[in-house]
Amino acid sequence: MNIVVCLKQVPKKDSILRIGADQKWIDERDLSYEMSEADAYALEEALRQKEKHGGEVIVISSGPERVRQSIKEALAKGADRAIHLTDPLFNSGDPAVIARALAGALKNEKFDLIFTGLQSDDYGFAQVGLILAEMLGLPSATIVMEVQPEDSGVRVKRELESGWFQWVKLPMPALLTIQSGINQLRYATLKGIMAAKKKEIKEVKAADIGFTESDAISAQSIQRAYFPEKTKRTEIIEGKPAEAAAKLMEKLRFDARVF
Amino acid sequence: MSQGILLFVEQRDGVLNRTTLEALVASQQLAAGMSESLSAAVLGSGVSAVASEIAAKKLDKVYIAEDSKLAEYTPDGYTAALRQVIEKLDPRYVIFSHTYQVRDFAPRLTAALGKTFVGDCIGYKLEGGALLLTRQIFQGKINTDVGVSTEPPIFISFQTGSYRADQAAAGESTAQIENFTLDMSGVELRAKPEEKFQEAKQAVDLTQAERIVSVGRGIKSEENLGLVKDLAEALGAELAASRPICDNEWLPMDRQIGSSGQTVAPKLYLAVGISGAIQHVVGMKNAQTIVAINKDAEAPIFDIADYGIVGDLFEIVPALIAEAKKSQG
Repeated sequence: MNIVVCLKQVPKKDSILRIGADQKWIDERDLSYEMSEADAYALEEALRQKEKHGGEVIVISSGPERVRQSIKEALAKGADRAIHLTDPLFNSGDPAVIARALAGALKNEKFDLIFTGLQSDDYGFAQVGLILAEMLGLPSATIVMEVQPEDSGVRVKRELESGWFQWVKLPMPALLTIQSGINQLRYATLKGIMAAKKKEIKEVKAADIGFTESDAISAQSIQRAYFPEKTKRTEIIEGKPAEAAAKLMEKLRFDARVF
Repeated sequence: MSQGILLFVEQRDGVLNRTTLEALVASQQLAAGMSESLSAAVLGSGVSAVASEIAAKKLDKVYIAEDSKLAEYTPDGYTAALRQVIEKLDPRYVIFSHTYQVRDFAPRLTAALGKTFVGDCIGYKLEGGALLLTRQIFQGKINTDVGVSTEPPIFISFQTGSYRADQAAAGESTAQIENFTLDMSGVELRAKPEEKFQEAKQAVDLTQAERIVSVGRGIKSEENLGLVKDLAEALGAELAASRPICDNEWLPMDRQIGSSGQTVAPKLYLAVGISGAIQHVVGMKNAQTIVAINKDAEAPIFDIADYGIVGDLFEIVPALIAEAKKSQG
């Protein structure tokens, strides 16, 4: 079974974010990056499926040079080869633009499943996977918690709201968006890191896939980025731990009356 | 020419999803602000009761689009059916509540129509006649105002809790209900859903707790959980957690607060090492008093907290335990 995993690299979770000079995005200077969390789980699930059923895991990611680091991490963990969409034309704040680039690059690949994370930790669109499925004419299931390949297709456990679940059967090829936490992530081994050096990373530019300027037009774009206004006035309690603890307990007891 | 606002009405087994009423509030405000008409579409099979419930609200028209292929939700069925409704009615805006179901098909639908979907919005602004949609990025840390530059219809979903369902205006008279004729004959439903189910019955009902101490990623390792357990005990509180803790199986799933866990509104919610990602916040923001302890002063949890302590939880929590025990003694 061949599985394509779409990976996105995002600023590390504990990054201190600042608004950029154009006030339309964050200031990207001095940031460290990592694989978006749900994508890491999608990769792990693909590797586990490959270990059980054989086949190939192909990772695909778009972005500048720094993205190679996440691609290499995926290869070191056990992915077989990678596609890196390097053209700046692919960069967009519109999920349809990146889906078009992915669709172009995957058109000639042979696969049974495409995995994406449920949503990215930066934009959080939760859209690219589904738009890609629509463009490639694939059936889809979102918020997937378990994947069971069967003779005639794939059976997946979907998370619904408020603790409800549902199994859904899909014919393959299909696209699944994977929920965080469905497995335990592995670390790359030294052997894996060494093996990764020999694995293929194919670079793809716009011209390679017939992606034109008009494909890159964003239908939605951020006009302003800013920190949220607080909806509540938060009283920050200062002081050394013991002091702050005493003050907080007093407030909870006499002002908030929670006891 | 495109005109009017179309609200997607979500139902399951003939029961209205309450978050649709929140999206209705947004739609009513948008319709008033832009002088647009407002209609609603109910998809399904045997959904006339849902249509009547919506028709009692302040809007112009309710469409019922029924077909046996819509009896059970599938992305293919809903995409095809709503597409037919939209192509016929040609609205300027299509509004959804940002539920798991909408997330499962709305991006497909908009892609099929070659349109754009601004999902998970928390509000909107009208600036000089232009619509800007406010949505959060970086898990609630930053807000953005998003502009759309395609021809209508424009697709928008609003996050749960962004509008208050009880503010949905009732109509002076019942809105007209019209049957919409679908042609679903050529539509293949590729996904075959089985029965919905719940995992083992929830052992802990956190919704009844008066006080909750909740722990997040900041606790770093399973061994450190004892610390927050002690705090919960000292405060007479139930212990709960954000998703990463339950994903790691450090605490069972029935202790999880948030969109995929329980929704609570206790007297006291004390969040320890929880950054306050929106998926968590929707499950606890209605707590009477929220306290946050976090090392990151910019963590979104402080936006909704009544009291905050910025600092190292491994120093602050022991001090709190000592203080709580002192007052008991």
